[in-house]
Amino acid sequence: MKRVLAVLLLLASPAFAVSDPAELLPDRAQEQRAEALGHQLRCLVCQNESVEESNADLARDLRHIIRQRVVTGDSDQQVIDWMVARYGNFVRLRPPFNAMTFVLWGAPGIALLAGLAAAVIARRRRPAAPAPLTDAERQRLADLLKS
Amino acid sequence: MTPIQRRALLLAPLGAAALGGTAFWLLLQRMREGTYDPHGVPSMLVGKPLPRFSLPGQPPSQGFSSTDVTATGRPALINFFASWCIPCVEEAPVLMTLKQEGTPIWGIAYKDKSDATSQFLQQNGDPYTRIARDEPGNTAIDFGLYGVPETYVVDKSGIVRWRWAGGLSADIVQQSLAPLIQSLA
Repeated sequence: MKRVLAVLLLLASPAFAVSDPAELLPDRAQEQRAEALGHQLRCLVCQNESVEESNADLARDLRHIIRQRVVTGDSDQQVIDWMVARYGNFVRLRPPFNAMTFVLWGAPGIALLAGLAAAVIARRRRPAAPAPLTDAERQRLADLLKS
Repeated sequence: MTPIQRRALLLAPLGAAALGGTAFWLLLQRMREGTYDPHGVPSMLVGKPLPRFSLPGQPPSQGFSSTDVTATGRPALINFFASWCIPCVEEAPVLMTLKQEGTPIWGIAYKDKSDATSQFLQQNGDPYTRIARDEPGNTAIDFGLYGVPETYVVDKSGIVRWRWAGGLSADIVQQSLAPLIQSLA
Protein backbone atom coordinates (compact mmCIF):
# COMPACT_ATOMS: atom_id res chain seq x y z
CA MET A 1 0.00 0.00 0.00
CA LYS A 2 2.80 2.39 0.99
CA ARG A 3 4.65 1.59 -2.20
CA VAL A 4 1.54 2.27 -4.26
CA LEU A 5 1.15 5.62 -2.51
CA ALA A 6 4.79 6.50 -3.16
CA VAL A 7 4.38 5.71 -6.86
CA LEU A 8 1.18 7.77 -6.99
CA LEU A 9 2.98 10.69 -5.34
CA LEU A 10 5.74 10.50 -7.95
CA LEU A 11 3.15 10.47 -10.72
CA ALA A 12 1.31 13.49 -9.33
CA SER A 13 1.47 16.40 -11.72
CA PRO A 14 2.73 19.80 -10.54
CA ALA A 15 0.11 22.18 -9.23
CA PHE A 16 -0.82 24.17 -12.30
CA ALA A 17 -4.53 24.62 -11.90
CA VAL A 18 -5.25 25.19 -15.57
CA SER A 19 -3.61 21.97 -16.68
CA ASP A 20 -5.58 21.52 -19.87
CA PRO A 21 -4.92 24.08 -22.60
CA ALA A 22 -8.38 23.26 -23.95
CA GLU A 23 -9.74 25.17 -20.96
CA LEU A 24 -8.33 28.44 -22.30
CA LEU A 25 -10.40 30.70 -24.49
CA PRO A 26 -9.03 31.34 -28.02
CA ASP A 27 -9.66 35.09 -27.65
CA ARG A 28 -6.78 36.60 -25.61
CA ALA A 29 -8.79 39.53 -24.24
CA GLN A 30 -11.67 37.28 -23.16
CA GLU A 31 -9.27 34.81 -21.57
CA GLN A 32 -7.59 37.61 -19.61
CA ARG A 33 -10.96 38.83 -18.36
CA ALA A 34 -11.92 35.29 -17.35
CA GLU A 35 -8.62 34.86 -15.49
CA ALA A 36 -9.02 38.18 -13.68
CA LEU A 37 -12.53 37.11 -12.63
CA GLY A 38 -11.29 33.70 -11.52
CA HIS A 39 -8.67 35.35 -9.32
CA GLN A 40 -11.40 37.31 -7.50
CA LEU A 41 -13.45 34.22 -6.66
CA ARG A 42 -12.82 31.79 -3.85
CA CYS A 43 -12.64 28.08 -4.51
CA LEU A 44 -15.25 26.65 -2.13
CA VAL A 45 -13.25 23.44 -1.69
CA CYS A 46 -9.72 24.71 -1.00
CA GLN A 47 -10.93 27.87 0.57
CA ASN A 48 -7.81 30.02 0.53
CA GLU A 49 -7.18 29.46 -3.14
CA SER A 50 -8.89 31.30 -5.93
CA VAL A 51 -10.98 29.48 -8.51
CA GLU A 52 -8.19 30.20 -11.00
CA GLU A 53 -5.49 28.56 -8.84
CA SER A 54 -7.34 25.58 -7.42
CA ASN A 55 -7.13 22.03 -8.69
CA ALA A 56 -10.49 21.03 -7.24
CA ASP A 57 -13.15 19.66 -9.59
CA LEU A 58 -15.58 22.33 -8.47
CA ALA A 59 -13.04 25.08 -9.27
CA ARG A 60 -12.59 23.62 -12.74
CA ASP A 61 -16.36 23.65 -13.25
CA LEU A 62 -16.54 27.26 -12.05
CA ARG A 63 -13.67 28.27 -14.38
CA HIS A 64 -15.62 26.70 -17.21
CA ILE A 65 -18.78 28.60 -16.26
CA ILE A 66 -16.88 31.91 -16.03
CA ARG A 67 -15.54 31.37 -19.56
CA GLN A 68 -18.96 30.40 -20.90
CA ARG A 69 -20.48 33.55 -19.44
CA VAL A 70 -17.65 35.78 -20.68
CA VAL A 71 -18.12 34.39 -24.19
CA THR A 72 -21.90 34.92 -24.11
CA GLY A 73 -21.24 38.57 -23.28
CA ASP A 74 -21.81 38.89 -19.53
CA SER A 75 -20.16 41.88 -17.85
CA ASP A 76 -17.68 41.24 -15.02
CA GLN A 77 -20.32 42.34 -12.53
CA GLN A 78 -22.87 39.92 -14.00
CA VAL A 79 -20.45 37.01 -13.65
CA ILE A 80 -19.66 37.92 -10.03
CA ASP A 81 -23.38 38.36 -9.27
CA TRP A 82 -24.09 34.92 -10.76
CA MET A 83 -21.56 33.37 -8.38
CA VAL A 84 -22.73 35.40 -5.38
CA ALA A 85 -26.34 34.30 -6.02
CA ARG A 86 -25.21 30.69 -5.53
CA TYR A 87 -22.41 30.87 -3.00
CA GLY A 88 -22.96 34.18 -1.23
CA ASN A 89 -20.42 36.93 -0.65
CA PHE A 90 -18.15 34.25 0.80
CA VAL A 91 -17.20 33.40 -2.78
CA ARG A 92 -15.64 36.84 -3.26
CA LEU A 93 -12.05 37.00 -2.09
CA ARG A 94 -12.48 40.78 -1.73
CA PRO A 95 -15.66 41.20 0.31
CA PRO A 96 -17.95 44.15 -0.57
CA PHE A 97 -18.35 47.07 1.83
CA ASN A 98 -21.72 46.72 3.58
CA ALA A 99 -23.34 46.62 7.01
CA MET A 100 -21.80 43.21 7.70
CA THR A 101 -18.25 44.13 6.68
CA PHE A 102 -17.84 47.76 7.70
CA VAL A 103 -15.87 46.75 10.80
CA LEU A 104 -13.57 44.66 8.62
CA TRP A 105 -12.95 47.43 6.10
CA GLY A 106 -12.97 50.14 8.75
CA ALA A 107 -10.53 48.35 11.06
CA PRO A 108 -7.43 50.30 9.93
CA GLY A 109 -9.27 53.61 10.36
CA ILE A 110 -10.65 52.53 13.73
CA ALA A 111 -7.15 51.49 14.87
CA LEU A 112 -5.71 54.83 13.71
CA LEU A 113 -8.41 56.81 15.55
CA ALA A 114 -7.91 54.72 18.71
CA GLY A 115 -4.16 55.38 18.52
CA LEU A 116 -4.70 59.12 18.05
CA ALA A 117 -7.14 59.21 20.96
CA ALA A 118 -4.65 57.36 23.16
CA ALA A 119 -1.88 59.79 22.18
CA VAL A 120 -4.09 62.83 22.91
CA ILE A 121 -5.15 61.44 26.30
CA ALA A 122 -1.56 60.59 27.23
CA ARG A 123 -0.48 64.13 26.30
CA ARG A 124 -3.24 65.74 28.34
CA ARG A 125 -2.40 63.60 31.33
CA ARG A 126 1.26 64.56 31.34
CA PRO A 127 1.92 66.48 34.57
CA ALA A 128 2.32 70.25 34.11
CA ALA A 129 5.88 71.52 33.77
CA PRO A 130 7.38 72.31 37.20
CA ALA A 131 7.31 75.95 38.28
CA PRO A 132 10.45 77.90 37.38
CA LEU A 133 13.13 78.01 40.06
CA THR A 134 13.01 80.77 42.62
CA ASP A 135 16.06 82.97 43.07
CA ALA A 136 17.01 81.12 46.26
CA GLU A 137 16.82 77.76 44.51
CA ARG A 138 18.87 79.03 41.60
CA GLN A 139 21.53 80.22 43.99
CA ARG A 140 21.58 76.82 45.72
CA LEU A 141 21.91 75.02 42.38
CA ALA A 142 24.81 77.21 41.37
CA ASP A 143 26.51 76.48 44.69
CA LEU A 144 25.99 72.78 44.30
CA LEU A 145 27.40 72.75 40.78
CA LYS A 146 30.40 74.75 41.83
CA SER A 147 31.49 72.44 44.64
CA MET B 1 0.65 55.70 39.72
CA THR B 2 -1.74 54.69 42.49
CA PRO B 3 -1.79 51.03 43.65
CA ILE B 4 -5.27 50.64 42.14
CA GLN B 5 -4.05 51.84 38.75
CA ARG B 6 -1.10 49.49 38.98
CA ARG B 7 -3.37 46.57 39.79
CA ALA B 8 -5.67 47.45 36.89
CA LEU B 9 -2.69 47.56 34.55
CA LEU B 10 -1.68 44.09 35.68
CA LEU B 11 -5.18 42.58 35.57
CA ALA B 12 -6.33 44.07 32.25
CA PRO B 13 -4.07 41.90 30.05
CA LEU B 14 -4.82 38.84 32.18
CA GLY B 15 -8.53 39.54 31.81
CA ALA B 16 -8.20 39.97 28.04
CA ALA B 17 -6.25 36.70 27.81
CA ALA B 18 -8.88 34.88 29.90
CA LEU B 19 -11.68 36.23 27.69
CA GLY B 20 -9.84 35.22 24.53
CA GLY B 21 -9.10 31.78 25.95
CA THR B 22 -12.74 31.20 26.89
CA ALA B 23 -13.93 32.28 23.44
CA PHE B 24 -11.41 29.95 21.78
CA TRP B 25 -12.40 27.07 24.02
CA LEU B 26 -16.11 27.61 23.20
CA LEU B 27 -15.24 27.65 19.50
CA LEU B 28 -13.35 24.36 19.75
CA GLN B 29 -16.19 22.92 21.79
CA ARG B 30 -18.73 23.84 19.11
CA MET B 31 -16.47 22.41 16.42
CA ARG B 32 -16.27 19.15 18.36
CA GLU B 33 -20.03 19.00 18.76
CA GLY B 34 -20.42 19.66 15.04
CA THR B 35 -22.51 22.81 15.54
CA TYR B 36 -19.80 25.02 14.04
CA ASP B 37 -17.79 24.35 10.92
CA PRO B 38 -15.11 26.94 10.12
CA HIS B 39 -15.12 25.81 6.48
CA GLY B 40 -18.91 25.98 6.28
CA VAL B 41 -20.36 28.01 3.43
CA PRO B 42 -23.77 29.44 4.35
CA SER B 43 -26.49 28.43 1.89
CA MET B 44 -27.97 31.16 -0.29
CA LEU B 45 -30.88 28.89 -1.11
CA VAL B 46 -32.60 28.79 2.27
CA GLY B 47 -35.85 30.76 2.03
CA LYS B 48 -35.74 30.73 -1.78
CA PRO B 49 -37.55 28.54 -4.29
CA LEU B 50 -35.89 25.35 -5.47
CA PRO B 51 -33.63 26.02 -8.49
CA ARG B 52 -35.13 24.72 -11.72
CA PHE B 53 -33.54 21.55 -12.99
CA SER B 54 -34.32 18.42 -14.93
CA LEU B 55 -31.95 15.50 -14.63
CA PRO B 56 -31.71 12.04 -16.22
CA GLY B 57 -32.31 9.00 -14.03
CA GLN B 58 -29.99 6.47 -12.51
CA PRO B 59 -31.34 3.23 -14.03
CA PRO B 60 -33.67 1.64 -13.13
CA SER B 61 -34.95 4.84 -11.51
CA GLN B 62 -36.56 7.53 -13.61
CA GLY B 63 -34.95 10.94 -13.58
CA PHE B 64 -36.74 13.91 -12.08
CA SER B 65 -37.12 17.65 -12.30
CA SER B 66 -37.65 20.39 -9.74
CA THR B 67 -41.37 20.39 -10.57
CA ASP B 68 -41.58 16.66 -9.77
CA VAL B 69 -40.26 17.39 -6.29
CA THR B 70 -42.68 20.24 -5.60
CA ALA B 71 -45.65 18.47 -7.23
CA THR B 72 -45.92 16.00 -4.35
CA GLY B 73 -47.34 18.75 -2.13
CA ARG B 74 -45.46 17.57 0.94
CA PRO B 75 -42.05 18.36 2.41
CA ALA B 76 -39.20 16.40 0.87
CA LEU B 77 -35.47 15.94 1.15
CA ILE B 78 -33.04 16.32 -1.71
CA ASN B 79 -29.79 14.49 -1.04
CA PHE B 80 -26.66 14.89 -3.17
CA PHE B 81 -24.39 11.89 -2.85
CA ALA B 82 -21.63 10.01 -4.65
CA SER B 83 -20.14 6.55 -4.44
CA TRP B 84 -16.67 8.09 -3.95
CA CYS B 85 -17.70 9.99 -0.86
CA ILE B 86 -16.99 8.51 2.56
CA PRO B 87 -19.45 10.59 4.66
CA CYS B 88 -22.12 9.37 2.19
CA VAL B 89 -21.47 5.81 3.36
CA GLU B 90 -21.65 6.98 6.97
CA GLU B 91 -24.98 8.77 6.52
CA ALA B 92 -26.59 5.92 4.53
CA PRO B 93 -28.12 4.20 7.61
CA VAL B 94 -29.53 7.56 8.77
CA LEU B 95 -31.21 8.07 5.39
CA MET B 96 -32.61 4.52 5.52
CA THR B 97 -34.19 5.33 8.89
CA LEU B 98 -35.70 8.54 7.48
CA LYS B 99 -37.13 6.56 4.58
CA GLN B 100 -38.72 4.07 6.96
CA GLU B 101 -40.30 6.96 8.82
CA GLY B 102 -41.93 7.99 5.55
CA THR B 103 -39.90 11.03 4.46
CA PRO B 104 -39.55 11.18 0.68
CA ILE B 105 -35.85 11.52 -0.26
CA TRP B 106 -34.91 12.50 -3.77
CA GLY B 107 -31.36 11.43 -4.53
CA ILE B 108 -28.96 13.14 -6.92
CA ALA B 109 -25.76 11.26 -7.77
CA TYR B 110 -23.08 13.94 -8.13
CA LYS B 111 -20.19 13.44 -10.57
CA ASP B 112 -20.44 9.68 -10.36
CA LYS B 113 -20.25 6.85 -12.84
CA SER B 114 -23.52 4.99 -13.23
CA ASP B 115 -21.99 1.58 -12.40
CA ALA B 116 -20.30 2.95 -9.29
CA THR B 117 -23.60 4.49 -8.13
CA SER B 118 -25.43 1.15 -8.59
CA GLN B 119 -22.77 -0.65 -6.60
CA PHE B 120 -22.90 1.99 -3.86
CA LEU B 121 -26.70 1.58 -3.59
CA GLN B 122 -26.39 -2.22 -3.44
CA GLN B 123 -23.88 -2.01 -0.63
CA ASN B 124 -25.38 0.79 1.42
CA GLY B 125 -29.09 0.52 0.68
CA ASP B 126 -31.35 2.70 -1.44
CA PRO B 127 -33.35 5.20 0.62
CA TYR B 128 -34.46 7.23 -2.41
CA THR B 129 -37.86 7.90 -3.93
CA ARG B 130 -36.08 8.51 -7.22
CA ILE B 131 -32.45 8.90 -8.20
CA ALA B 132 -31.20 11.36 -10.80
CA ARG B 133 -27.70 11.81 -12.14
CA ASP B 134 -25.79 15.08 -12.20
CA GLU B 135 -22.60 13.98 -13.88
CA PRO B 136 -21.49 17.43 -15.11
CA GLY B 137 -22.35 18.90 -11.70
CA ASN B 138 -24.15 21.99 -13.03
CA THR B 139 -27.39 21.50 -11.09
CA ALA B 140 -25.24 21.11 -7.99
CA ILE B 141 -23.67 24.52 -8.64
CA ASP B 142 -27.16 26.04 -8.99
CA PHE B 143 -27.81 24.68 -5.49
CA GLY B 144 -24.59 26.26 -4.24
CA LEU B 145 -23.20 22.82 -3.43
CA TYR B 146 -19.54 22.67 -2.43
CA GLY B 147 -19.13 19.05 -1.46
CA VAL B 148 -21.03 15.81 -1.01
CA PRO B 149 -23.14 14.84 0.76
CA GLU B 150 -25.46 17.80 1.06
CA THR B 151 -29.10 17.57 2.08
CA TYR B 152 -31.83 20.13 1.41
CA VAL B 153 -35.33 20.31 2.89
CA VAL B 154 -37.99 21.60 0.50
CA ASP B 155 -41.40 22.54 1.89
CA LYS B 156 -44.83 21.95 0.33
CA SER B 157 -44.68 25.12 -1.75
CA GLY B 158 -41.21 24.40 -3.10
CA ILE B 159 -39.24 26.74 -0.84
CA VAL B 160 -35.90 25.45 0.46
CA ARG B 161 -36.04 25.54 4.26
CA TRP B 162 -32.81 23.94 5.41
CA ARG B 163 -29.47 22.77 4.12
CA TRP B 164 -26.97 20.48 5.74
CA ALA B 165 -23.48 20.21 4.26
CA GLY B 166 -21.80 16.96 5.28
CA GLY B 167 -23.09 13.60 6.45
CA LEU B 168 -26.34 13.50 8.42
CA SER B 169 -26.04 11.94 11.85
CA ALA B 170 -28.80 10.57 14.07
CA ASP B 171 -28.17 13.55 16.39
CA ILE B 172 -28.72 16.14 13.68
CA VAL B 173 -31.87 14.37 12.54
CA GLN B 174 -33.21 14.27 16.07
CA GLN B 175 -32.29 17.84 16.96
CA SER B 176 -32.97 19.73 13.73
CA LEU B 177 -34.30 17.75 10.81
CA ALA B 178 -37.13 15.73 12.37
CA PRO B 179 -38.71 18.70 14.21
CA LEU B 180 -38.46 20.79 11.03
CA ILE B 181 -40.12 18.17 8.83
CA GLN B 182 -42.84 17.74 11.42
CA SER B 183 -43.49 21.48 11.52
CA LEU B 184 -43.68 21.65 7.70
CA ALA B 185 -46.03 18.67 7.28
